Amino acid sequence: MKLTEEEILVWLEEVKDPEIPVLSLVDLGVITKIAIEDNGKVSVNMTPTFSGCPAMDMMKQEVEESLERKGIANFEVNINFDEPWNSNKISEKGRKALKEFGLAPPPTDTLIVDLDILEHVACPFCDSENTLMKSPFGPTLCRSLHYCNNCKQGFEQFKPINL
Amino acid sequence: MNTEAIKDLLYKMADDQLILGHRNSEWTGMGPLLEEDISFSSMAQDKVGQSYVLYKMLHELGEQEPDTVAFTRNADQFHNCQMVELPNGEYDFSLIRHFFYDNAELLRFQALTSSTYEPLAKAVVKFRGEVRYHVLHANTFIKQLGSSTDEAIAKLQASIDILFPYALGMFEKSKFENELIAEGIFTGEESLIEPWIEAIQKIIDQTSLQLPDYKTIKPINGGRYGTHTKDLQPLVEEMSAVFRVDPTADW
Repeated sequence: MKLTEEEILVWLEEVKDPEIPVLSLVDLGVITKIAIEDNGKVSVNMTPTFSGCPAMDMMKQEVEESLERKGIANFEVNINFDEPWNSNKISEKGRKALKEFGLAPPPTDTLIVDLDILEHVACPFCDSENTLMKSPFGPTLCRSLHYCNNCKQGFEQFKPINL
Repeated sequence: MNTEAIKDLLYKMADDQLILGHRNSEWTGMGPLLEEDISFSSMAQDKVGQSYVLYKMLHELGEQEPDTVAFTRNADQFHNCQMVELPNGEYDFSLIRHFFYDNAELLRFQALTSSTYEPLAKAVVKFRGEVRYHVLHANTFIKQLGSSTDEAIAKLQASIDILFPYALGMFEKSKFENELIAEGIFTGEESLIEPWIEAIQKIIDQTSLQLPDYKTIKPINGGRYGTHTKDLQPLVEEMSAVFRVDPTADW
């Protein structure tokens, strides 16, 4: 049977973000293109969430290993900015996974014109919006630091990024 | 397209990012409060990451590997403006530099989104989203500290006065300026100055701080042509210490 792009996308569901092991790269939105050439060669395009993301090489390697495990011999994985990542690329499933992991998902379709946008992020533990931003920068490039006045816990948000 | 002109543009941007990224990273473990320690460390990571993307672009144009370019040159081969190499000093000094630099950089990236050099036009779209946070961070702190205690205001004002001529050195023209503009690769350094003054003035106006009139200040130039302060060579040596001992080291 002929291999399809959709099938490869399903396979790649098994590759997770190394820092957020519940989130697949597909749901994170960093797999931007899959193409199968006539000679069977599979090419996958990926794009980083942040230019300085240290996990990018590891993610690329895991995509390559995943293709190998499925018996694909002829493939190429490229990292480029043809379709740059923004936080609206995270799928609904991905947003749910983030919340369950304890990370507030980014607001959708919000233009970051002021840091106030990061205030009152809904707490992933108790859903209260009585929260404070402590810092727009967190333990990784993609996270900000917050505190929930309601359940009295610190939490992190997966930061919104517009381009 | 004029490859030499593109390389000149990429080198100055990549070197600015790498050197300021390194200076920012010197705040890791030293920040005045934990959140600021984390912020400067994160901005360091963004900037070094962006420099890597630019060095890779240079590699595609025939220059050496990114690590080789970053770690084996001497100070006089760097094209960064002098402002980014100055030692961190106290927090107010780093903050003013961060404010001056990132506001300019956001405008530079914005201008380059319509560059006819496609790889750069694509990458800066990404960089712009990242640097927006840097600018918001700088502006928030300047607004708050610049209208707080007399001591904070005096310290910030002293740093503005020292750094402003260096900041104007960010816009030192390339010897390829005309080619870059004619070929639509870049709108040119001069196109950034007025919008930059406007952007920072808007924030300064909300504080007790004052900006000098830029037309009366002589820029401290030279960085784009390899003339640097005595502070760059020690930075380069420290940054490349591991690489120079073992170029194959992985960390």
